[in-house]
Amino acid sequence: MKHIETLETRDMAESVNNGGCGECQTSCQSACKTSGIANQPCEKA
Amino acid sequence: MIHQYKLNGYNIVLDVYSGSVHVVDELAYDVIGMYEEHTPEEITAAMLEKYADNPEVTPQEVADCLESVEALKASGKLFAPDVYENRAFDFKNRSTVVKALCLHVAHTCNLNCEYCFAAQGKFHGDSGLMSFETGRRALDFLVEHSGTRRNLEVDFFGGEPLMNFEVCKQLVAYARSIEKEKGKNFRFTLTTNGVGINDDVIDFANRECVNVVLSLDGRKEVHDRLRKYVSGRGSYDDIVPKFQKLVKARGGKGYYMRGTFTHYNPDFTNDLFHMADDLGFTELSMEPVVCAPGDPYALTEEDLPTLFEQYEILAKDMIRREKEGKPITFYHYILDLKHGPCIYKRISGCGSGTEYMAVTPWGDLYPCHQFVGDERYKLGDIWNGVQNTELQSEFKLCNVYARPDCADCWARLYCSGGCAANALHATGSIRGVYDYGCRVFRKRIECAVMVKAAEALDPELRARAAKPAAAQDCEDCSGCENG
Repeated sequence: MKHIETLETRDMAESVNNGGCGECQTSCQSACKTSGIANQPCEKA
Repeated sequence: MIHQYKLNGYNIVLDVYSGSVHVVDELAYDVIGMYEEHTPEEITAAMLEKYADNPEVTPQEVADCLESVEALKASGKLFAPDVYENRAFDFKNRSTVVKALCLHVAHTCNLNCEYCFAAQGKFHGDSGLMSFETGRRALDFLVEHSGTRRNLEVDFFGGEPLMNFEVCKQLVAYARSIEKEKGKNFRFTLTTNGVGINDDVIDFANRECVNVVLSLDGRKEVHDRLRKYVSGRGSYDDIVPKFQKLVKARGGKGYYMRGTFTHYNPDFTNDLFHMADDLGFTELSMEPVVCAPGDPYALTEEDLPTLFEQYEILAKDMIRREKEGKPITFYHYILDLKHGPCIYKRISGCGSGTEYMAVTPWGDLYPCHQFVGDERYKLGDIWNGVQNTELQSEFKLCNVYARPDCADCWARLYCSGGCAANALHATGSIRGVYDYGCRVFRKRIECAVMVKAAEALDPELRARAAKPAAAQDCEDCSGCENG
């Protein structure tokens, strides 16, 4: 019996080496203007 | 650190430091909950006792489950350690470029919304309009401080930016005239209350703006209670047809209906569904009001259970709509698990004061639009650049590891420590935490991840995702080969 389904996610620890390019947008250019980082897409991934 | 919760029939385990998301059965949920504090023997005994009536839970099955958990831990996807804090990312000395400006082209407004954080557009100061010369210098400042970055974002903001529409048009024309020479691509956005929208504005917005943010709180009685003219008349009837015309003409380009909910409408999903079902908008954002605790429309502790329930209702309804082939987007439920932000972004946050700044009509620089008007947070100006480098360093260091209150929070790498402005207003320090906002944020993340779990595992949604788009559009029709 399979007890655990692991969704496909970006490996955060690996992004220490393949992240940090700085090409992402700043958060406020989106929709809220008053309150998120998680919903910012990475422009390089 | 892990976070476990149950929602909409899914048992979800988030692994904080690897970013992994696991959907598990009841047995695994309990095993994982005990795993770090108990021996395998203790866990096995507890599981066999708890599931004594379940013939499928045998000693072998518990052993298999324990083995799966151990394998995930060994591969760094469960109970992953915090390997970031001690790497000592040098945030103070890291090189940053300016990526985006919030151009306050108008410190005045044609509405008199009660909850406006910008004090009816004047930001607790003088009213005024940005001149073309000041705006042009702001764009030059952005180019000069953007390094090798090609894409530059500029938001026309206020107050109400359409009260200075001619300057907005002139600034876009100027930006387009220097793009090629400077090797830049300006991406303009517009945030408007809608009163000033006409055919000229629609043509401009749909030609030049990659995104428009349209302020609408939902149901007419909700919207008109707080978003009204100086005369006291509500603005709903004036702006809704204009928004509909603008969105229809956008032809698929980005937009968001951006609402604010308050103590007067904690049942805010009814406002979202009104915008979707009655008005035809599909790209939605709805934010909790940020105001002084004593304001009559301020959200209260008693509102929280209702808000949590509303976020769950919304998540479940979005799944239903997706299954019916009529999806809506809710800004805070946009999570790209596979292509989301890297660890640097997750730690450093929104970029206010370093990568993102607000420019007043007179050319002063502030860390973001929510600091404008508070002289303590003036960074400098567009002619002389950032002069208050000490303040900018404070913002550079204002990351999730700088906030002791975040140390034990499972959502810390989803919010990056939260909003500096909200923290300042709630605690007096940009390194504080706005606890009410944190609780709302955590609920939103739980719901957003659940939606992602459904998209990945629900057979109906998987089948829909696997279909070609054309076939999805005409399921009820057999008129051609797509049917």
